[in-house]
Amino acid sequence: MLINRKEVKQIANLAKLSVSENEIDTIMTSLNSVVEMINHINESDTESVKPMANPMDAVQRFRIDDVTETSNKETLLNMATESDEDYYLVPTVVE
Amino acid sequence: MKFQGISHISELIKNREISVQEVQRHYSERLSKYAKNLNCVISFTSDLTTEQVQQAQRMIDENKATVLTGIPLVHKDLFCTQGFATTCGSRMLENFIAPYNATVVENLQSSGAITLAKANMDEFAMGSSNENSYFGAVKNPWNLNKVPGGSSGGSAAAVAAGLVPFATGTDTGGSIRQPAALCGITGIKPTYGRASRYGMVAFASSLDQAGVLAKSAEDCAYALSTVCGFDEKDSTSAQVEKEDFSLNLKKPIKGMKIGIVRDWIDSLSAEIKEKTIQSISELENQGAEIVEIQLPTSHLAVSAYYVIAPAECSSNLSRFDGIRYGHRCENPEDINDLYIRSRTEGFGEEVKRRIMVGTWALSAGFYDAYYRKAQKIRRLIVNDFASAFEKVDVIAAPVSPEVAFDFNAKKDPVSMYNEDIFTIPSSLAGLPCLSMPIGLVDGLPVGLQLIGNKLQESQILNVAYQYQQNTEFHRLVPEGYDE
Repeated sequence: MLINRKEVKQIANLAKLSVSENEIDTIMTSLNSVVEMINHINESDTESVKPMANPMDAVQRFRIDDVTETSNKETLLNMATESDEDYYLVPTVVE
Repeated sequence: MKFQGISHISELIKNREISVQEVQRHYSERLSKYAKNLNCVISFTSDLTTEQVQQAQRMIDENKATVLTGIPLVHKDLFCTQGFATTCGSRMLENFIAPYNATVVENLQSSGAITLAKANMDEFAMGSSNENSYFGAVKNPWNLNKVPGGSSGGSAAAVAAGLVPFATGTDTGGSIRQPAALCGITGIKPTYGRASRYGMVAFASSLDQAGVLAKSAEDCAYALSTVCGFDEKDSTSAQVEKEDFSLNLKKPIKGMKIGIVRDWIDSLSAEIKEKTIQSISELENQGAEIVEIQLPTSHLAVSAYYVIAPAECSSNLSRFDGIRYGHRCENPEDINDLYIRSRTEGFGEEVKRRIMVGTWALSAGFYDAYYRKAQKIRRLIVNDFASAFEKVDVIAAPVSPEVAFDFNAKKDPVSMYNEDIFTIPSSLAGLPCLSMPIGLVDGLPVGLQLIGNKLQESQILNVAYQYQQNTEFHRLVPEGYDE
């Protein structure tokens, strides 16, 4: 299963990346060389194998939903290119 | 002044033969002299350095010193350092000032270690040559026309050139071990969960692990003992007791069973194979028993890794949207344009490739065939290691199929990915593993990988320390960098 030109554009769109017309073929070739390599995983029979998400088979540790950190609002908002009082600013989404 | 490792500097400081400031000046001068040429530093942390020197001297004066008090280091530039730039080697974070400290940074700060700079790295820790850094490639101090390995290439080059006694690094698929091998130093990645990932910019969360690089196994043991420890702020942190990895170093390795994978060694070039066999013979001479083992699924490790790591990367890096922090494009037309242009301008080619591979593997209809399938392969690889560790205590393996290569030598992504063919299996299994120098081929360093069972960091460090008692390879200094 390889990726075609149309799918390159779809994937880029899902990933919120832009791909120009003259880049598509180069990107498609490089993605497909990775896909060909990845496809080797199908050589192994894994029918009865349980997938492993954590190498220690550890489960997600939960904590009590208490506030543990002091508010750092000003510092965090200052890292944005545009903010106004308590808000991050973005281009108009709803007219 | 010629220093012989962390414990030597520490003794001199504690005995008041040298001050913390004198040590810091010695290394700061070396960094100013050589870092530019090697391109191993992204930014200096001068104000922090001054503050930490004073803190360290206070610790000495109040007899509260640890072995790392007054010892300079560089942090790989993906560890958040409060109030200082943390770029992750990316244009995306070029102007990002970390609002808090990573736990690894906190741990080292509390020990009295002195931060001198933030080290260059492959963008978002994705790469095996350091050519993917937005700030330009790091050069290998053994030969400036060669790559230092990656992604912790800046850390490795700085230690190899004697610009700092140790450095932090991270390893997702080989990013500490491979640059350590290519730069002729010792580097260790602990068991997954041993070191906190809090404040470490995420690439692939089920694989990323912090570790250290230094000249010797002894120095790695001191630094790693401080770096590791349970952390409530990291939900995948392993709930195990803090351990002093230096306590076990001096134990003889007589009778220890060391496993080797014959196919891996046979696949090496003649020169690297010879060095690898010689190093294993040295362990045998010290009384270790060499046992052949099989890792039958390991040939699928690179393929499975390049599903899991890009999938997790595409998910983790979706946070970079140009809104809250990180690069934002000029004059966006609408919100979608803001997202797309900020990300397209902010990320480099390799990062975009991995985001796209991951997005594809996780897209509707493909999840079971790729991500889930790769996770099953991962379990088979873990099972392979578990069976091997029923027979042996430690596994000795190659680190890299080759020595440091030329810049631009690997244009095809898959040929670059195959650089990590021997480091990826233990990464997928989350096992502790290190690289130590075992000689030179064509004037360039070769490393040997030691892989331990879960939480057996002290055992692989013990083997490496014993090897280094009888060999001088870890003491070799690249020409022109004598202290």
